[in-house]
Amino acid sequence: MREVGIIGIGHTKFGKSQVPFLDMACAAALEAMDDAGAKTGNKNVIDQVFVGSMGSGMVSRVSGIASALVDTLNIRPAAAETIENGPASGASAVKLGFQAIASGCSDCCLVVGAEGMRAVTGWEGTDFVATMLHPTGEYPYGCTLPSFAGMFTRLLMEKNGVESRDLSIISVKNHANACLNPVAHIQNKVVLERITDERIIAATNPLVADPLRQFDMCPVSDGAAAVLLVAKEKMKDLGFDGKPFIKIAGIASATDTHYVANRADPTELLAVRLSSQKAYDMSGKKPEDIDVAELHDAFQILEIAESEETGLFPKGQGHIAAREGKSEIHGEMPINTSGGLKAKGHPLGATGVSQIVEIVKQLRGTAQERQVEGAKTGLIVNFGGFGNNVVSAVLTNE
Amino acid sequence: MSVLDKYNVELNEMEQKLRPPTIGMVPYEPKVIPLTTGEDMLVREAKPEEIPVVLEAIKPLFDHVADYYDIVAARIYTELLGMLRYRVQDEYLFWGLINGELAGIVNGRLVNAKTGMSYHTMTIKRGARVGAQLFAAKMEYHFDFMNQDEVLIVAESPNGFRRWMIEYELESAPDRPHELGGVPTYVLTRALWEKHKGNKNVGLRPADPEIIKANEVLKPISEIKV
Repeated sequence: MREVGIIGIGHTKFGKSQVPFLDMACAAALEAMDDAGAKTGNKNVIDQVFVGSMGSGMVSRVSGIASALVDTLNIRPAAAETIENGPASGASAVKLGFQAIASGCSDCCLVVGAEGMRAVTGWEGTDFVATMLHPTGEYPYGCTLPSFAGMFTRLLMEKNGVESRDLSIISVKNHANACLNPVAHIQNKVVLERITDERIIAATNPLVADPLRQFDMCPVSDGAAAVLLVAKEKMKDLGFDGKPFIKIAGIASATDTHYVANRADPTELLAVRLSSQKAYDMSGKKPEDIDVAELHDAFQILEIAESEETGLFPKGQGHIAAREGKSEIHGEMPINTSGGLKAKGHPLGATGVSQIVEIVKQLRGTAQERQVEGAKTGLIVNFGGFGNNVVSAVLTNE
Repeated sequence: MSVLDKYNVELNEMEQKLRPPTIGMVPYEPKVIPLTTGEDMLVREAKPEEIPVVLEAIKPLFDHVADYYDIVAARIYTELLGMLRYRVQDEYLFWGLINGELAGIVNGRLVNAKTGMSYHTMTIKRGARVGAQLFAAKMEYHFDFMNQDEVLIVAESPNGFRRWMIEYELESAPDRPHELGGVPTYVLTRALWEKHKGNKNVGLRPADPEIIKANEVLKPISEIKV
């Protein structure tokens, strides 16, 4: 397998996009190409484009987004495919880009993740996301992602002693991190006492899906992110000699039952465990080698559960680690330095690519105020469905 | 020259005829709302001399199409001007203030002793539930200060519809006229207010004197970013 890495990154400001969906996706792509020094037209060397998007056709009314993007960017005749894998579409697209280059089918891939969630109302958005649930066993009964997360949280509260306050602690941390990230959707500091004080909590942090409150889940965001992948052995030939190369040391995905009720233990996130283990094995790294991680905290409980399933903290101890500040930027295992999905935002198909962009910044040492000192190895977990399709990746600057 | 001078008119016989009668309004006791950001927002009645400052400050929002700020700003402008020029009956106007800086605006009026009419809620500081808190404060004024039975409400934006019509479970009343155009009217009844106010209406009274002092003067508004 050829060595594959990232030499260019791009990221729009998450939130409510002021430009059309295709323009937003192109903005991230162009930034990544500029970052790497990639050219368009007859100087283009990108031979493959993957775009991860869950609902570009359904929500933004733009289908065939990869084809549109290639033409708009003037990088024809690069091959173009759109990847739909739920909220894990972004990291799936990166995985396919990695495989294309590692196998020798491609030398240079542009991977874009993009989603326009704010084009519809919150109800329509929630319904659209819920369409990835089981089509006969879950969706018709009104199940939504927040309802599953609520039940999941309740189970972990009973099993491991997770408290509502623990979710708030993680939320406050991620909001603080987002204040340091110029591309984050929400850049407001949040004070723990203000979202946990029983006298005012109903107004400041209302219940959404019991026991989950507003600050226990991510906002609805538009956004796009992009990375340019290249075969290390081809960097000189393609004109990228000397560009910082962040290696994709391991990338893998795993699946679990679609119907959550069919899982032997619904508190286990098997696909997170298996995908991260495969990524560790592929990279030759272990959880203790990870210096910084971006975990898929669409709900704050997921940051706790994923931190345990990936081995960053012992089972049942993720919430204790959060209480002790271990997952803060200057803690012993920094998690979601970008602000996470909670505050950076969660434009579904863009999220996995965005997580990788943050890790690349950390490994380049360009994350500015949220820089984790001496970061050499980073982990991302991009979570699809309610854990039935998960992509994990390990990146290094070594 | 005072900022109010240009609105002064001779209170002659004609002007007396043009001014609406009043059914009498009680003062709104200021309260402190703790925000998620850690800041404390004081909700208090606007002072007449502050209104021209806000009129000027919101003018740039007339071109801010996103989230319906244009129409809300334009309508608030006329409502505030109507208040200054004595052309609206029994209108009230509250500011949400953080250290003297404008965080939000709410207003409305009394239709009669038992029925109120909500006008607008405009959030200046976004992302801290300021709008939701200010809307609750003005409903509190109608029900708990003015002892009214119902408030007529319309929404210009999806955000407003979600916050008021859905979250308060407002009753649809398409046959009840509302002054803000021909959009469908909804009603917050006393029963609905009593049902929801425990979760929606917060604030600490008596307001901390230090916080009142910090918000005694509305600071100049150089630019509103929403």
